[in-house]
Amino acid sequence: MSKGIEIRSSPHIKRVVSVDRIMRSVVLALLPICAFAVYQFGLSALLLLATTTGVAIWTEWFFSRLSGKGATVSDWSVVITGILLGLTLPPGFPLWMAAVAAFVGVALGKALFGGLGYNVMNPALVGRAFVQAAFPVAITTWTPAFAPGRFTELIPSTLTLPFMKPIPVDDWVAGLNLDGWTGATALAIQKFQHIEPPILDVFTGMIAGSAGETSALLILICGLWLAWQRMLDWRIPVSVMAGAVLMALPFWWMDPGYYPSPWFVLSSGGLMLAAWFMASDMVASPITARGVVIYGLFIGALTVIIRLFGGLNEGVMYAILLGNAIGPLISSWTQPRVYGTSKKPQRL
Amino acid sequence: MLRTLGGIAMLSGLLVALVYQVTLPIIAENQRVLTEQAVFRVFPGAVSKRDFVITEQGGLAPAVDGASATLVYGAYDPAGRLLGAAITGAGPGYAGPVKVMFAYDPGCQCITASKVLSSNETPGFGDKLDFDPEFLENFKALDARLDTAGAALDNPIETVKHGTKTQPWEIDGISGATISSNAMGQAANRAATLAVPAIERDLAWLSQPN
Amino acid sequence: MAQLPNIQENLSADTFLRGLWEENPVFVMLLGMCPVLAVTNTTMNAIAMGLATTFVLVCSSLLVSLLRNWIPRQVRIAAYIVIIATFVTIVDYAIQAISLELYAALGAFIQLIVANCVILGRAEAYASKQRLSATFINSLGMGAGFTLALLSLGTVREILGNGTILGFGLFPADFQPWVVMILPPGGFFVLGAWLLLFNWLRLRKERGARELLGASANAR
Repeated sequence: MSKGIEIRSSPHIKRVVSVDRIMRSVVLALLPICAFAVYQFGLSALLLLATTTGVAIWTEWFFSRLSGKGATVSDWSVVITGILLGLTLPPGFPLWMAAVAAFVGVALGKALFGGLGYNVMNPALVGRAFVQAAFPVAITTWTPAFAPGRFTELIPSTLTLPFMKPIPVDDWVAGLNLDGWTGATALAIQKFQHIEPPILDVFTGMIAGSAGETSALLILICGLWLAWQRMLDWRIPVSVMAGAVLMALPFWWMDPGYYPSPWFVLSSGGLMLAAWFMASDMVASPITARGVVIYGLFIGALTVIIRLFGGLNEGVMYAILLGNAIGPLISSWTQPRVYGTSKKPQRL
Repeated sequence: MLRTLGGIAMLSGLLVALVYQVTLPIIAENQRVLTEQAVFRVFPGAVSKRDFVITEQGGLAPAVDGASATLVYGAYDPAGRLLGAAITGAGPGYAGPVKVMFAYDPGCQCITASKVLSSNETPGFGDKLDFDPEFLENFKALDARLDTAGAALDNPIETVKHGTKTQPWEIDGISGATISSNAMGQAANRAATLAVPAIERDLAWLSQPN
Repeated sequence: MAQLPNIQENLSADTFLRGLWEENPVFVMLLGMCPVLAVTNTTMNAIAMGLATTFVLVCSSLLVSLLRNWIPRQVRIAAYIVIIATFVTIVDYAIQAISLELYAALGAFIQLIVANCVILGRAEAYASKQRLSATFINSLGMGAGFTLALLSLGTVREILGNGTILGFGLFPADFQPWVVMILPPGGFFVLGAWLLLFNWLRLRKERGARELLGASANAR
């Protein structure tokens, strides 16, 4: 800290950037990812995204009416929640469960805390965590990417009647006659069989997985555009990725045949989407410059720990939720010292 | 003050002792019925059971009331012929130990049935241990053969990942309930390691009709 | 021995009903959360836990009320705990005698009734000051309120988490159970939802009362 005095008390507004303008840019950045999801998984992914977004908007509208706060839907933040939630779900996820996830996410993760700006955690991830605990089988049922008739027919489990078990997809998948399809994602294959699928396929998204998490490349481009537009704090995604790489490297050095390589860690699963679009959630992340780096490193490292040693093969969701939970603590730890006060950290 | 507290303590002691005396035989009977039901469940066709303890010499002896050692239950059909021995074991599950009873058939030297006695496993996952037909298939002829010395299992019973069972002493795990399936495998291995040598040693004596 | 001021409550329907609604131990006083969250994953467990707690509550309150003039103030908490622990032990044996399966399902939470603050709270706040008859009625009401609360959690959790009620299937075979409801987080979700409902009803009632008051004041 020798760069002179850092003056940084009140937020000094330099540009006219309103909440809804930021949110609209994020939505814009998410659209190519949605388009790729639909291209890859077909109609089912389209319906899934439409459902989560629609239900999320409805829930926001319903609660804002209930609390008499006036419409808050127009700030677009809930659209992001809906889209992000849809992108993290398996493409064949039953629509009624997706609706439950969107409702719980917005109601429990956002509305009950007082709406945008008051939520402790990322609402999309709250919704996903709920359905992960409630419907653990459905949320780990994957269907192959680039199925032949994906633009004309739905994955059978998509249209499951509400409150019913998902319609089994095994017969449908078998009917597709795909070679080498085991129903496992790249992450699961690496974790349990210790085989890394070709890294280029994983990076560009030529694999199965959650609807919008497959193509790390596309997410990276969209995220970089947002960062270039100054619509997100680039420190967060960069430190999340750094945290993941730093944690994965020693293990990979120890036993490259058993542990995943850092680039596999970065490009597989939901890490890329989570780093650029979810960890960077403005409300739920810390507010200091040093704080966001700690926060990002924590999320990245924790993701890798859960992936390598946990029962689940993807841990980025819980890592971010935990990061969100300790966010305020990090903020208060890393408060810049007010000039003239003692160097001792203040008691919380 | 002392007198009052003493009085209250006395009263409490009296009440507790009274209830204990009244309920003790009922609880013991409940316990017996529960065990009997479990034994008859893993040995369909059994109508009577006899309790044995594993002695320090590695053999079997008739259990006396209140014995706390590991019990082995001999199951007999109406004609008094030995159907097999019910053995129990526990393995560490997802939420505390999983206690399981297994039916050991000396004829095939294998485990022929299982029943979970107690577990706190997650409903919908762990309780598949007792219901999932595909998983229960594992325990229809699970190899528990002894080595030539007759002191240990020839092949330890093991749970393997779903769909990779190749040997008769392996248990095909439930996908999504790995920890619970492993607990089941460990319970089987412990039960068999402990009891099968004793059963095989005293088989002649065990199969004598009453 | 110092006598406590004698504020005897007159018996009325309210003595009983208060525990059910106005002073409901779970939904209003937020006491005894441990069993409320832990053993309400099925209706049967909830009923058993509720009845066991009610039994301990009523018996210990009666005994405390009976002995209220003899228990010295300085050691009253110790005396209450001994009394409560006695009845908890009795319930423990009784449940083992009734059904070992139920005993296994409730686990350590039967013994933990001894630490349930509803019971100690009643002994301290009510039974130690009130007549035997009033204590009986009041603790019965509190017990019923506690059981009712457990039941309202237990039924919701069993219906959603298992698709059954008291073990009977309610839905077609391919009903999708909400596993989370049977897990501990489900307890928090359902409790939160009930508290939301209770507070909403209470606020609405209060608002109604205020408006009525305002209307009458305006009329004057």
